[in-house]
Amino acid sequence: MTETAPVITVSNLIKQFGRFAALRGVSADFAGGKLYAILGDNGAGKTTLLRTLAGLNQPSSGQITILGTSNFHDICQQVGYMAHPSLLYDEMSGMENLAYFAQLYGIAEGSRCADIIRAVGLDPELSRPVGQYSQGMRQRMSLARALLHDPKILLLDEPFSNVDIHSAGDMVRLLGGTRDQGKTIFVVTHQAALLEGTADEFVWMEAGKIIGRTRSFKPPEPVA
Amino acid sequence: MSPASDITRGPARGITRATLLKDLRLEWRSKDAINSMLFFSLLVVVVFSFSFDPVAEESRHIAGGLIWVAFLFASVVALNQTWARELRNQVLDAYRVSPAPANSLFLAKAIGNFIFVSVLEVLMTPLFIAFYRLRALGPAWQLLVVGVLGTWALVVNGTFFAAMSIRTRSREIMLPLLLFPISIPAILAMVQATTAILTDENSARFWIVLLVTYDLVFTTSCLLLFETVLNAE
Repeated sequence: MTETAPVITVSNLIKQFGRFAALRGVSADFAGGKLYAILGDNGAGKTTLLRTLAGLNQPSSGQITILGTSNFHDICQQVGYMAHPSLLYDEMSGMENLAYFAQLYGIAEGSRCADIIRAVGLDPELSRPVGQYSQGMRQRMSLARALLHDPKILLLDEPFSNVDIHSAGDMVRLLGGTRDQGKTIFVVTHQAALLEGTADEFVWMEAGKIIGRTRSFKPPEPVA
Repeated sequence: MSPASDITRGPARGITRATLLKDLRLEWRSKDAINSMLFFSLLVVVVFSFSFDPVAEESRHIAGGLIWVAFLFASVVALNQTWARELRNQVLDAYRVSPAPANSLFLAKAIGNFIFVSVLEVLMTPLFIAFYRLRALGPAWQLLVVGVLGTWALVVNGTFFAAMSIRTRSREIMLPLLLFPISIPAILAMVQATTAILTDENSARFWIVLLVTYDLVFTTSCLLLFETVLNAE
């Protein structure tokens, strides 16, 4: 697959929760090897879009093709997902958490967990349970969990929330480096300014639709 | 995805073992389930011992019912805890997006609950014996068979229905409502078999065969349906 070929194609995606439509006909192509910032107000459908791409929500209608298939089970090894909550066990240390998730992905390499914890700027030797981490440390560990199996596509929901500006900068540099290795990254965030200069594209959402895509952190012109 | 195709989705046995060890580690650190179950069962034994003062012969007739009802109610506490820890921080989503088979998670949870309830039974049985002056007149080794089969019957359905009720608002109420009616054949078999062994008036063979059948049918059904339950929105 070439770097610019679409790795994700979404066509007329609708997601309804009861009578409420969180996504109202989203259609888009996303090329590989790019970092996309998904922006929009609360309730715009950003998290629903990410969860649907991650296979956690089933589309009410429409189709998603990821890496050439619409069966999520075929490509789940290639997708890393970081949610707003940490998706970590509070009673276990970071290393214990990652060692468990490594087994779910069939990672036998013993050093992989320690390497990835170091890559996000944490100490693999830290024996404290994750429940006692600061919010920033928890976010980093959550990112480490999403990166653990070296996925081709990363879906990150609010990775910078409650993270201090210095740590957020570190995370942005890490994401930029990961994108430069050919990974495709989607970042849902309310702190888009952090991604200015790093993101390849800003995807603007409103009321369950993509209303525009821009190269710079500048809202699209309203349609007359 | 069928259970058969799970085999192609990775080393299922290794994932079951890893998930089981993780759950045992979490329980060892928090002791949420075992402490709640233990105190609940202890209360049942003490309250019942104050309520009744049976002679040894009467005890043999009622003990089967008392013991299994106490274990049934206590096991609900553990069953609710099993999934509650997966909901904190939405860790269950991390499992759902991984290639790990759904049935590995189910089996690990069911085996974990079996261990927790068995520990409870081992700790509480001497108390039941002491408080109700119990002595089996029939083949006592069969009590072990009934204990293993009966406990599995409780936890396999309990683990499944607890998973079904985790996304409901009042899951603590929902679990007994779903679990108790479907457990009636198993409870009947457990109570009747225990009474038969304690009194030696009848053979427990029929009830043991019923328990084996119940376990096979419901274990298979739960394994076939669990992936649908896990991925339900």
